[in-house]
Amino acid sequence: MCVERVVLCVPARASVRLGCARRDVRMWEGCCAPIMPESDFQEELVIRPLHSGDIYASFQFRTLWETDFMKGNKVSHYRLFPKSLGQVISKFSVRELHISFTQGYWRTMQWGQPFLPAPPGAELWVWFQDTVTDVDGTWKELTNVLSGIFCASLNFIDSTNTVQPSASFKPLGIGNVTDHRFLRYATLPREIVCTENLTPWKKLLPCGSKAGLAVLMKSEKLFHSSFHSEAVHIRPVCGDVECKSVSWELRQTLDVVFDLHTSGQGKREWSLFKMFARTLTDACPLASSSKIYIDITDNPEGEHFELSPATPLLSQAVVLGDRRTFSVYDLTDPSTFGTMRTFNVQIKWKNTEGDMLRPLLHAERYVAGYGLQTGEIHTLMYNQHPYRSFPVLLLDSVPWYLRLYVHTLTVTSKGKDNKPSYIHYQPSKDRIRPHLLEMLVQLPPNSVTEVTVQFERALLKWTEYTPDPNHGFYVGSSVVSSLVPSIVAMDTNNTRDRPLFSSFFPTKEESSYFIRVYTEPLLVNLPTPDFSMPYNVICLTCTVVAVGYGSLYNLLTRNFQIEEPNPGLAKRIANVIRRMRGVPLL
Amino acid sequence: MLANLVLSFNCTYLAVLLSFIRFNKHVGNFFSSQHTNNWAVLVCTSRFWFNYRHVANTLSVYRSVKRLGIPDSHIVLMLADDMACNHRNPKPATVFSHKNMELNVYGDDVEVDYRGYEVTVENFLRVLTGRLPPSTPRSKRLLSDDRSNILIYLTGHGGNGFLKFQDSEEISNVELADAFEQMWQKRRYNELLFIIDTCQGASMYERFYSPNLMALASSQVGEDSLSHQPDLAIGVHLMDRYTFYLLEFLEDIHPASKTNMNDLFKVCPKSQCVSTPGHRTDLFLRDPGSVLITDFFGSVRKVELTTDAINLTEPITPVEDQEKEPYSYVDQLPVSEIIHQKPKQKDWHPPDGFILGLWTLIILVFFRTYGVKHLKHIF
Repeated sequence: MCVERVVLCVPARASVRLGCARRDVRMWEGCCAPIMPESDFQEELVIRPLHSGDIYASFQFRTLWETDFMKGNKVSHYRLFPKSLGQVISKFSVRELHISFTQGYWRTMQWGQPFLPAPPGAELWVWFQDTVTDVDGTWKELTNVLSGIFCASLNFIDSTNTVQPSASFKPLGIGNVTDHRFLRYATLPREIVCTENLTPWKKLLPCGSKAGLAVLMKSEKLFHSSFHSEAVHIRPVCGDVECKSVSWELRQTLDVVFDLHTSGQGKREWSLFKMFARTLTDACPLASSSKIYIDITDNPEGEHFELSPATPLLSQAVVLGDRRTFSVYDLTDPSTFGTMRTFNVQIKWKNTEGDMLRPLLHAERYVAGYGLQTGEIHTLMYNQHPYRSFPVLLLDSVPWYLRLYVHTLTVTSKGKDNKPSYIHYQPSKDRIRPHLLEMLVQLPPNSVTEVTVQFERALLKWTEYTPDPNHGFYVGSSVVSSLVPSIVAMDTNNTRDRPLFSSFFPTKEESSYFIRVYTEPLLVNLPTPDFSMPYNVICLTCTVVAVGYGSLYNLLTRNFQIEEPNPGLAKRIANVIRRMRGVPLL
Repeated sequence: MLANLVLSFNCTYLAVLLSFIRFNKHVGNFFSSQHTNNWAVLVCTSRFWFNYRHVANTLSVYRSVKRLGIPDSHIVLMLADDMACNHRNPKPATVFSHKNMELNVYGDDVEVDYRGYEVTVENFLRVLTGRLPPSTPRSKRLLSDDRSNILIYLTGHGGNGFLKFQDSEEISNVELADAFEQMWQKRRYNELLFIIDTCQGASMYERFYSPNLMALASSQVGEDSLSHQPDLAIGVHLMDRYTFYLLEFLEDIHPASKTNMNDLFKVCPKSQCVSTPGHRTDLFLRDPGSVLITDFFGSVRKVELTTDAINLTEPITPVEDQEKEPYSYVDQLPVSEIIHQKPKQKDWHPPDGFILGLWTLIILVFFRTYGVKHLKHIF
């Protein structure tokens, strides 16, 4: 079994606490004192209709727990926070853990920016606490334990695909220490995502997949999509408004993009039932808030699409640098479900007009060159802001069997050389560690910046090839982290209560927001030997030896004897009679 | 005298009868299984889309075994390739066993322990013998003891004496027999049922020599196991014949059924299977007619009922922390800080011994040739 079930331990005094049914922390001081740290669970679903007719649904489940795993605290009672992850955090002294499993590639030009970006395959990055002495050993054990929890082959993460970024992937939680010695980052671009990864992910939720928004997660629909990404993010956050205490946050997110033609049968009409083959019946009873947000910013007067059932609740939030308007359905309110006790949202398009998306930052990557000897990696970064330039941090991790020639590294924008203000390069060691290249580049407005580097392919040992070597070898996605100028002022008060989808990346300044863009992974063919060659050589040699040498040996050593032919029956009888008569035989 | 004889005869007859009755009670105990837990190791060894049927075989046995009671924590499922979410699958997240997509054996609650490139001969033998690296998680281990009944199911492409793993390596029947002997010597099983569905499958159990092993194969040496039926929408054969009829047989079994192994041996006769299934019971101590199917496919659960109250320990109170200054979030892209970032302090290494020795040699030779008076020019 991949995940242990959460054991609900009910201490003796819990009945007193349950008498006060409110979950708001501030009410406790008058009502009854909590005897164990309070945990809070929120769930939300954001549905954003995309211009191309596809639809983007993003589930976010957040468990907030007022405890502190740091400073060696021992925790024994788990209620909403899953015990398997809590034990992983305590045992391996983890400060932050981010793991994601993705199938498909996010198409920024057609779909805009996702709320939580993820590269194809599996990605894991962890910040350890500064009490850890052997970070590499702890990292190896952590990947093995996570491979058991999530039923994924994360045990293939080792020193050949782990890097230690020097400037990217700063911690997303609170804290002051940012020594990059405690950071490890690895991707497995070949990792497959299927129901066996979704099953343990669903079991980490407090209500499982039995109540609340998680009933919509049926694998036959979720995997029949253009993009599917599930992730778990654990980090310490501010526990109160003044940020004097620490709470630990577990965020489980699932992003899925349903295609108009494969899931929608070509009709521009979406509903919860059409997307997930289920409707909602109730909210998770353990959740303090359970909401559905539908993005209606492009439809202020209802001229492009129609939403039913109608709702009076509207909410505005600043997310990804833009002020978006949402229709809100509150599932904790029983009137949402109506008399039929089910809830199904329907979005019907009236016409197909709409503005084209122009994402401000977009990145692409491809391999150029011909032959199986050399090649070139090209990374293109597009800045589509008309007059502002912004800095971009590019992280490239290339496996050791592609030998990069760093002296051929060029960075050009608008045809001219663009010198990066910071470069960190760590060369690879064969079979020990990969290349790491980090650069801080300033992208000029309305331009394309191209980063090229040439490489040479290495010949692997014959045992190092996978069972299907002609498929090719994957090179992980590049990560482009950037502070992009925002259209409206961002909210810098990170402790205020905000919808989950707008509170993931902390904002420090009002005029820009932080995003991360992943490029495509590359598929590179390495020179592959013919694995049937030894067998063929043995057969051929043995045949030649047997036919050639064997014939010669026979000719030289065979001796011939004369043998009488076998006489017929009549002659044999005649011989017998002749012997009896004593006459010479025939 | 005759009366004495008759009396003695009666006494002995009575004594024999009494001892027979007592013996029957012992006989009853002797014929029931002594296992306390059940494990299953289900392996599919084939890669590539056209070997869809091997994954479907393994998943249908997984489904039956789960349905009859063995929990996921006691099943080690190894699938060498992903068929459900393969890009060539017209119905993602499904693996069908019957044509016209009647039965989805992949289900919604599947947990695969070894997948993709992890399914190798080495990992399989390590799982059986228990010799795994210390950081292996529990879900990937076979934690059986000497009271465990284990079901081992292998499927894939095989030949006379070997089974192919992932198109790149093979396991031979000698290795398998030795692995089972290691398991016996380390007391890792009570009884073991080995089922194999490959071509010439009977050759894989020819070399077994450890006690308490029962083996079934889908075909004899020199025969090929055939596949059952293709589905035109999916485009490949969905199941192998032997496992298809095995699945149909197991669908009629429920956790309390009393069907025994002799019925399992009759599954898929030559008229349905085209190949001749074989079995081997000479190493098994009990009579196969007294072995229940649920001894291997189902699970024994030990439940202890108690009326005592259990005291839970008090929660550990967290350490009270003193007033400190408020925490803050870290700047995600501190541009000025990055630009002025000092390069990582490299540890100072003393110069290599070789370089040092070389320089000493050069200096010594210089002074011997030209005299010590040049020393003041150096220092």
